[in-house]
Amino acid sequence: MTLMQIAEPDEAPAARLRRRAVGIDLGTTNSLVATVRDDGIAYVIPDDEGRPLVPSIVHYGEGATLVGYDAAPRQSPDPQNTIVSVKRMMGRGLADLTDDRRFPYRFVDGPGMVRLATRAGTKSPVEVSADILRALRERAERRLGGPIDAAVVTVPAYFDDAQRQATKDAAKLAGLPVLRLLNEPTAAAVAYGLDHGIEGTYAVFDLGGGTFDISILKLTRGVFEVLATNGDSALGGDDFDHRVFCWILEAARVPPPSPEDARLLLLRSREAKEMLTGHDAAPIVATLSTGQRIDLSLTAANFSTITRTLVEKTLAPVRRALRDAGLRPDALQGVVLVGGATRMREIRRAVAEFFGQPPLTNLNPDEVVALGAANQANALAGNRERGEDWLLLDVIPLSLGLETMGGLAEKIVPRNSTIPVTRAQEFTTWRDGQTAMAVHVVQGERERVADCRSLARFELRGIPPMAAGAARIRVTFQVDADGLLSVSAREQTTGVEASVTVKPSYGLGDDEIARMLQESFDHAADDMAARSLAESRVEAEAVVNATESALAVDGDLLSADERGAIDDAVAAARHACGREDTAAVRLAVESLNRATAAFAARRMDRGVARALAGRTVDSLA
Amino acid sequence: MIDFGRNHFELFDLPARYVVDADALDRAYRALQQSVHPDRHAAGDDTARRLAMQASARVNEAYRTLGDPVERARYLLALQGTDPLAGSNTALDVDFLERQLDRRERASEAAAARDAAALERVIDETRAEAASAEARLGALLDTGGPLAQACGQVRELAFLDKVVRDLDHLLVEVEA
Ligand SMILES: Nc1ncnc2c1ncn2[C@@H]1O[C@H](COP(=O)(O)OP(=O)(O)OP(=O)(O)O)[C@@H](O)[C@H]1O
Ligand SMILES: [Mg+2]
Repeated sequence: MTLMQIAEPDEAPAARLRRRAVGIDLGTTNSLVATVRDDGIAYVIPDDEGRPLVPSIVHYGEGATLVGYDAAPRQSPDPQNTIVSVKRMMGRGLADLTDDRRFPYRFVDGPGMVRLATRAGTKSPVEVSADILRALRERAERRLGGPIDAAVVTVPAYFDDAQRQATKDAAKLAGLPVLRLLNEPTAAAVAYGLDHGIEGTYAVFDLGGGTFDISILKLTRGVFEVLATNGDSALGGDDFDHRVFCWILEAARVPPPSPEDARLLLLRSREAKEMLTGHDAAPIVATLSTGQRIDLSLTAANFSTITRTLVEKTLAPVRRALRDAGLRPDALQGVVLVGGATRMREIRRAVAEFFGQPPLTNLNPDEVVALGAANQANALAGNRERGEDWLLLDVIPLSLGLETMGGLAEKIVPRNSTIPVTRAQEFTTWRDGQTAMAVHVVQGERERVADCRSLARFELRGIPPMAAGAARIRVTFQVDADGLLSVSAREQTTGVEASVTVKPSYGLGDDEIARMLQESFDHAADDMAARSLAESRVEAEAVVNATESALAVDGDLLSADERGAIDDAVAAARHACGREDTAAVRLAVESLNRATAAFAARRMDRGVARALAGRTVDSLA
Repeated sequence: MIDFGRNHFELFDLPARYVVDADALDRAYRALQQSVHPDRHAAGDDTARRLAMQASARVNEAYRTLGDPVERARYLLALQGTDPLAGSNTALDVDFLERQLDRRERASEAAAARDAAALERVIDETRAEAASAEARLGALLDTGGPLAQACGQVRELAFLDKVVRDLDHLLVEVEA
């Protein structure tokens, strides 16, 4: 990283050297670069034709590599050399891309991150992203008149360690001096907070082309404090396009399309989706390479129906984030919408309904993330004036932990911990004379290591032989302000040390993280249901046993009818125990208790009589 | 930078008592981060940035500890050489346990019936019990009440925390 001179706060402003600082929103669909003017106002740097966005599309052509609007027309004729939505592949292996239907690409299998075969050779998602970032860097340098001194690049808040690392690597590859990775919703909050001077607790709901984030932030006197974050890093406008695409295939009876036709129909799908924001129907017209002509009309009502489950899918992370923040939906001062996909009426309606208030859309949802990042870059570069001393306090989205005995994950840093964070835990050896310990670092919410993402493995060697349990191995997790993890281990009595900066094995995708998180919730529910079923069965058995031994001793206190009623209730309780239904077991126990109430009272009388008799005998003795 | 030798209370310039002034804690936390956070030292050299990260992480840890009713109690007791959650010291009151069992039972019935409102009532009720446990604990710890009693109260509070966490998971499930 280029080191910068520190501008002395006491220097006269005129003498201060302004650093060229930029904020970059590297989006799934659109990317932007923004900077802060001398008067403190942030703005997006447009291209020569005045267009602020760069479509996140890279075309590897015969001679040249085209990026953005120049690459866009190549998508449909040459889909395998024209990469779109590459962000969804960042930090992921081939096995993670289960939704292969979305990728008409030629993937190259190999260890680590997935790679794409293109005319220009094999490209990793990091390289493709770097091509986009390079175009942004050049645009900014032309505008600012020289090399960039400081860049802040945004990432979805729900990005894991692998995805963050990959993004940072791409920025380095593009020659950007990255001072910070910044979470997209936090960047948006900065833009809103600085622009409107808002205070209080806000939610930022960011649905872009490929990712969904929800962050809950508290803004107090210039401090932006993230209370909780959640999301789904594989949910966005692309998925809505895909629903429309599937609808077209069905409605027009299209046989499985070629990559070219698939890309064409996906483009038509997106156009239709965007048109339905503001219209009640959208035409879908296309001629496929097979000669088939498509001429359909998608109504807004129909679109709502086929995408309803996607809209609902955004609400589960919202609930989790609120719960982690300890808040109810109506406790917020406002809800900020970010990302082009929040223009959809369905999303606005769902958000307004959930939070019980109309969402805020004052700032352009496409630009707000880049503007916030530019403010942060400006601040980190030391450009800001005194008095502008606002600060961001962000969190990690997923828990970090270690594998312990029995394949269980021990959480060391829980999700939503404020970063930077350092947390240590002591472990010991479990065998006499053990001289090495394997450290396996995992990320995720589940109990079992097999259900979490494996981030890194390393070994602490050279522990002097000791009795089992005598060594004291302190494992320290450190997450920096970019949300990146490093782990070290140290044997305390001898000082033997080992450490890694976690360069993840890229073994796991976002779908999987979302699934893991979901499963851990399901799992908790299962666990509890199982526990209460087991408890009620134990109780039922205890009552049945007690009843039977009472019948054996005092059965003579009952008439034949009474006896029959109790026998029936016992049989019913036994039967209920055989079913997986906690409520049924409890009901059966209750009716057994009722059936034996009179019997119990009579037995009590007899017991009292016996006891009194006994005492008499005793006192006589 | 900050003095790593100070305890969490000293760091925030607060009296070492269980009942803390939440506003004062928040203010002190924000003021400290304003000076130590890595973003404030992004233009410094490697050493300055590493120190900033360490100091900021230390402030975060202290804030988390003092902001959490169970952690704060444990920290305060640890300063006095006691750990209420350690080893053999785990007895819980039978009535208390029965109340929690009953709660879990009602919660899973509500979950089975997919009745989120009922489940939320159980959670609120648990939170309310935790709040009064916290108040009792404050009275015990800050007026030099019997240590054994305070430790028992901490264990109950920790248990209630766990119940709330479990029920939260269940609620997410029901609402999904
Ligand atoms: N008028 C509109 N109606 C509906 N959707 C729209 C509209 N305008 C843009 N979109 C959708 O918004 C998405 C792009 O949003 P945005 O540019 O915010 O995403 P991104 O930042 O590139 O992605 P991400 O943040 O997920 O990485 C696309 O799916 C696009 O179709
Ligand atoms: Mg975006």
